[in-house]
Order: sequence, then C-alpha cells, then structure tokens
Amino acid sequence: MKTRQALGGLLRTLFSTVIATSLMACGGGESNVLEGNRTGILHYGNGAEPQGLDPHVVTGVPENHLIRALFEGLAVKNPITLEPEPGVAQRWEFSDQGKVITFYLNPEARWSNGEQVTASDYVWSWNRALHPQTGNLYAYMLYPVKNAEAYAKGEIKDFAAVGVKALTDTTLEVTLNAPTPYFIQLMDHYSTFAVHPETLLKFGKMTDRFTPWTRVGSMVSNGAFVLTDWALNRHIKMAKSPHYWDRDKVSLNGVVFYPTENVVSEERMFRVEQLHYTAVVPLDKIPVYRERPNTPYLQSPYLGTYYYLVNTDRPPVDNVKVRQALSMSVDREKLVRSVLQETAVAAYSITPPDTLGYYPPQVFSYDPDKARALLAEAGYPNGEGWPGLEIIYNTQEAHRKIAVAIQQMWKSELNVDITIANQEWKVYLNSVSQRDFQVARRGWIGDYVDANNFLDLFITDGGNNNTGYSNAIYDDLILQKAPRAQSREERYALFTEAETMLMEEMPIIPIYTYTSKHLIHPSVEGIYPNLMDSLNLKYVKLHPEQTLSGEVN
Amino acid sequence: MLRFIISRLLQAIPVIFIVITATFFLVRAAPGGPFDAEKVVLPEVKRALEAQYKLDLPLHEQYFAYLSDLAQGELGPSFKYPGRSVNEILFSGLPVTAELGFYALLIALIIGVTAGVFASLKPNTRQDYIPMGLAMIGICMPSFLLGPLLVLVFGIYLEWLPISGWGSIPGDKILPSITLGAAYAAYVARLSRAGMLEILSQDYIRTARAKGLPEWQVVGKHALRGGLIPVVAFLGPAFAGLLAGSFVVETIFQIPGLGRFYVQAAFNRDYTMILGTTVFLSSLIVLFNLISDVAAAWLNPRLRSQLSGGGQ
Repeated sequence: MKTRQALGGLLRTLFSTVIATSLMACGGGESNVLEGNRTGILHYGNGAEPQGLDPHVVTGVPENHLIRALFEGLAVKNPITLEPEPGVAQRWEFSDQGKVITFYLNPEARWSNGEQVTASDYVWSWNRALHPQTGNLYAYMLYPVKNAEAYAKGEIKDFAAVGVKALTDTTLEVTLNAPTPYFIQLMDHYSTFAVHPETLLKFGKMTDRFTPWTRVGSMVSNGAFVLTDWALNRHIKMAKSPHYWDRDKVSLNGVVFYPTENVVSEERMFRVEQLHYTAVVPLDKIPVYRERPNTPYLQSPYLGTYYYLVNTDRPPVDNVKVRQALSMSVDREKLVRSVLQETAVAAYSITPPDTLGYYPPQVFSYDPDKARALLAEAGYPNGEGWPGLEIIYNTQEAHRKIAVAIQQMWKSELNVDITIANQEWKVYLNSVSQRDFQVARRGWIGDYVDANNFLDLFITDGGNNNTGYSNAIYDDLILQKAPRAQSREERYALFTEAETMLMEEMPIIPIYTYTSKHLIHPSVEGIYPNLMDSLNLKYVKLHPEQTLSGEVN
Repeated sequence: MLRFIISRLLQAIPVIFIVITATFFLVRAAPGGPFDAEKVVLPEVKRALEAQYKLDLPLHEQYFAYLSDLAQGELGPSFKYPGRSVNEILFSGLPVTAELGFYALLIALIIGVTAGVFASLKPNTRQDYIPMGLAMIGICMPSFLLGPLLVLVFGIYLEWLPISGWGSIPGDKILPSITLGAAYAAYVARLSRAGMLEILSQDYIRTARAKGLPEWQVVGKHALRGGLIPVVAFLGPAFAGLLAGSFVVETIFQIPGLGRFYVQAAFNRDYTMILGTTVFLSSLIVLFNLISDVAAAWLNPRLRSQLSGGGQ
C-alpha cells in the first residue's frame, strides 16, 4: 500500500514537471513570420544544407539561391520576363557580328568591404573558374569564350590567350568563338560570378577548393546581402549589404535560410508560421491548399523535362517503331491528372513550352491504335514474341508511381510485359552513364532559358546523351546552323527542325514538364512565377498586415 | 578492476582497426563515386577533382595515406561539403546528437524504470498488463510515426510546443527527446520488470520482508540494485544506438545533429565522411559497452569482488 502511494506520488511529480515545462515553453509567443515582418527579415525554406558558398566550386539549387543573394553577376534576370537586365554591368555592346561583347561595369559596384568591383576582378575570377585545377563542374558555362575550353582542358597554359580582357577598370571585353545569343544570360549563373581576389589569396592559392574564405567574417561578396551567420544544418543568416550599388531598392533587412530537407516538416513549419516561403510542397497537401481561399500555394511551369531515356542499341527498343509505339501509348494527360495531381504538364518534346518564346513542335500524340499498328510492323503484333523490357529508375516513391502507371499503360494498350527496377542513386547514375539499361528515367533542368540547353543533349557522343542516338544532320543543325542564325525566328525554326527530327526518331520518351511549387506567406511581395523559378531577393518586400488564413490538416 | 578495463581497451583496438579497413574497401567497392552527378562531369574536371582528393593514387596508397592521417586525428576533407573537414562536421553535430541522446535516455529511464518496477510488484494483474501493453506499443511504434503524431497533437492542434529546430525556440527539445526516448523507454520497462521479478523471488528479499521492513524499503533499497543490472547493461549499447540511430528523429524535427550526415554520406559516396562517422561511432559503441560492463560489474557484488580482488 505504501509502495503504491510512494510511486503514485512520484508519478504525480513527474507529470506535473512535464506539464510545467511544456507551459513554460509555450511562453515563446511570436512566430518567425510575425517577428520577421516586424523586423524586415525573410524566413526562407531552402531545401538543403548547401555544399558550400564558393561560386566556382559548388553546384545545386539551394547553393544557387544563397550565392545569388550574396553575389551579383554582370547581368541579372528580370524576375518576370527573365530577359537580362543590368547587374554589375550597366550596359553591354555587341560588335564583330556578335562575337565581341563589351561590358561597361557600374563604377558604383562595390565589394562588401567597400572596394570597387573591377574588370580585372572578372579576368582573375574567370581564370579561376576555368583553371583545370579548380575542378569547377560548371566550367563549361564559359566555353563559348574564345579558347576557354582549350584552357580548361589544359591544352593551352596561358590564360592571356582566353578571350577576356580588362580594357579599363570598368570595361571588360569578351571575345566569343561564335555568336552566342544566350551568353548574356550566362552572366547570371554563379559559375561566371566574380570573387574578390585578395580575399581568396589571403587563404590560399587561386585554385584551392578547401580554404575557409567563404566563412562568416572572411567572405567578401558583391551582392545585395552579406553573410552574417552560418550554423551548419541550422540556418544561414544574411543582412542587407551597406555597400551594394542598388541598396536603395533592397527592402529586406535580412534573410534567414533554413536547410529544410524534410518536405513534410517544411510544410508544418510553414503552417505554424516559422517560414515565409517553402522550397517545395508535399504532393498530398497540394489539393487541400488549392481549395483554400487566397491560397498561399503557387505553382508555375518550370524549365525542366521528365523523360525516359531509351538505349537505341538494345533490342527491342533499337527499333524506332517500337520506340514510337511505346511513346504513343503513354496517356500523359491521364498520368498528370491521376498520379501527379495536376502538378505537371504533359510533355511531347524535350524543350519545355515557351522557353524564351520558343514553342516545341508536337510531332505525335496519344494514339493507341497507331501504336499497336507500329508495334505489329516492328514484328510484335499484339505483343506476340515480345522479348521483355526493363525500366530502371532511382529509388524514389514518385518515380515508382510513374513507372508503375506506364507499365500498366503499355501492358493494356500494347500487351507487352515490362519489368521495373529501382536502383540506389549512385548505382543508377552508373548504369545510365555506362548505358547499362533499356529504358531509364531521367530529368533535365535547364541551366539557362534557351532551347539549345535541351537540344544539344542529343548531339553525337554528347556527355548527357546516354541513348546512343547519333544523327549528322541533327548535329549540324545544333552545332553549326543554329549558332549562325541571323535572327531569333530563324534560329527557332532551326530548333524546330531539329526537335521534329528528334521526336520522330524517339531516343527519348518525354513524359512531363516540371512545375515549381511553393507555399508563400501572404505578407511576401515580389516573388513572381517564372520558368527558371528564379527569385531576386532584392525585389522582395514584406507587408505585415497580410496574414495567413484558413486551416489545412 | 583496472586490469579488466585495460584488457578490454586493448581488445577494442583490433576491432576498430577491422572496422576501418572493412569500411574503407567496402565504400570504394560500391558502384558510383563521389563525383558522379546527374549532369555529366567533364573528364578533365573529374581528373582535377580526383587529384585534389588523392583518388588518383593506387588503392593501397590511399589506404595507408588515410591511416597515417587518422593516426594524427585528421579525418580528411568532406567530398560533399568542400571547404569543411570531416572533423569539423562531426564536432558541430556531436554535441547536439549527444544532448538529444542524453535527454532521450533520461526519459527512457524515468518512464521505463517506473513502469517496469510498478508492473513487477503485482505480476499478472492489471497493474502489470497495462504498463507492459503500453511498452509493447512503444517498441512497435516507429519514431517516424510517433514523431509526426506528437507534432500533430502538441505542435499543430494544441500549439503547445515548437515542431522543429534545436535550441532556437524554448521547448523545441521536448518532442524530439520524447520521440527518440519512447522506444527505449519500452525496452527499459521490460528489462526492469524482468530483472525485478527475478530479484523479488530471491531469498534475501524474503528475509528483508520477514525482518518487517516496509515494502518501499524492500523495493527501493534491496531489490532495485539487483533488479536494474540488466538495465544498466543495456544503457551503454542503448546510448551508442541513440547516437547512431537518431537519423529519423533528426530529419523529422530538422535537428542539426550527426545522424543526418551519417546516413547521407553513404548516399553521396562521401568516402571520408562515411569513414569518419563509422570510425567515430564504432569507437563510441566500444567505449559505451565498456562503461556499461564496468557499471554492471560494480553493481553485481559477486563480480565486483572477483575483479577488485585482482581476479580473472
């Protein structure tokens, strides 16, 4: 009896301690969003901890967001139209039929230590970006520059031979191999950004990858924000830069980036107003958010295509008729409606629609009758004699659902048996690069808004071709004719011709165009939907009077 | 006792050495490498990267280079996070994971021992079935279910507690600690019940009762010490398990601990990070096993006299 009393007492004490602690915890009160709205700080879900912040070393989407807040390129993208507009360069001129570009740098452009951003900083930085020892994965962004590729491959040693010269402190002359209409756009890609030479040299050699120059207190950058705090896997904080040339336009006092790897947790953080902005939205929450009045959900087409790579050397898909039959029997609209919950757009080509005004041709459509006829012509009438086919994908539930849906469509329309197999990410990458597959899932996200970025994937022996597709006429269109086109219309007509050819020969089966999906707190102004999902934080404003309404569970 | 500890420490060295060697060669045998990416890496860039990380050397040279760095306490640069060393990443995550593990263990002990002892006093009655039934549910309920459930109830409906982070908002440590501790609480409850039942049937307890000692003294003073030996023996491996196994909880609650790095390193083929975390955690497991063995020996009077008597 006494024991029971004693234990009962102990339990009571424990219970009341837990309750008391919990209640103390609730006293915290103000959410990140409310506090941020008051103090001008944006709380931003950034998807993952960045690899780092060195523009010439890292790659990835979270890194891109951070680096483009800290640094600014020669030109930036208009957040609505994506057309280039002045960044560090006030203006630029083309000469020699588009082969020479002269950038006139803004004399007010400053590093965060107050020093002027000069043309020679760019020459030094491009040397670093291209130098073979730097190991920059995006070195090829600068390959349109004369001799840049040879320098990056170590074929020439003297950087002076590369087509970039500082004529004065504020005049940078760039000579290209051939006219490159999208070159100005590349100036907003972090691999072409300038870094502050003296800061890097303080910590090591120009080509060092491991030095701590990007740490808080060491980093010198030239963008709208400066780095103030970096707690690994917790947050990265930035404050408005007092030296940024266009600082009067910057409304935010700072930004906090969170490595929100778990999408479900990220959505919950948004719901309890810990975040203004989420990197993604879990698929099962989207229908609920859509139905809300004044929904915080924003979805817009994205410059990326989800497709199946076909190995054109492996039977039965070495036969073009089989490839066409498979492609024509995929009901993409149904797939988008059911599996993808309208969060994607059916794709019938590799280039996403409206890529800077370019619309890809639609060469085929969903046509099961024609597909069956083609399969019969290929020697498999009603699937008879079909040797089997395997789809591989990297382990992820979303890819599995799509593969299962397509497996069923092919079975019911063509009566062919398909096996599906998942592989761990690096194993899958290895299978794709070794071309050890028949059909493999693939996605491609554009680096810049131009059809060339999608169509040049399939040139003969292209590093990302992986299908074995090779066509000399196609290569000629992409590599020779399109770059020399005199107008946008002429160039786009050549792309249409090439893309038609590609979709007739079908080394890939396009499935859908990606969309970007975010939850954005109503107090945030200045985040516009665009194809690159490109956000320029200098245009973002906070309106504390706008609040989140409605409940989602 | 000292000899016992020293001999156990000496035994640990070959164990850790085998772990290092096996891990080193296994990760390199796995398909794909640290620099494989969806967009093809140009051969010239790949060569430069491999040279920077000494991957261009023959495998045995890489192995010996790694061992010599390790001997100096250097775990090398991370492949995934250029500019950060594995040492730095480990030491930024360790305090968080250790703190989380400590709270989880504390919760597991308080709840587990209370429930186990409570149940053992009246075996095969409701007082036994209810806590043990709950313990069974605790063992069966994975943290990826319990975590979101607690978040939903206490974070979103009741709005009592923060749902993510670690040490940035007051109270944000409560839910993750409970989530991680729950399964261990259930184990502790079952272990302490079994231990107590065994002890309570011993003669010396009967003697204590016969002397007329009050029940709380019999339980608290005489039975607990022996009854909790299985729990103490479990604590060492449990704490090491908490450190290595906090990945799920860290992901659910966005906690900047070690667990996330440990698991992701394998997916990223971040060779140095895989090795670093494995070596580090296996050393911890060996160490905590040793500590709990020593503690269990100290609690057990027969073993204690053997060891302190300079015995075997």
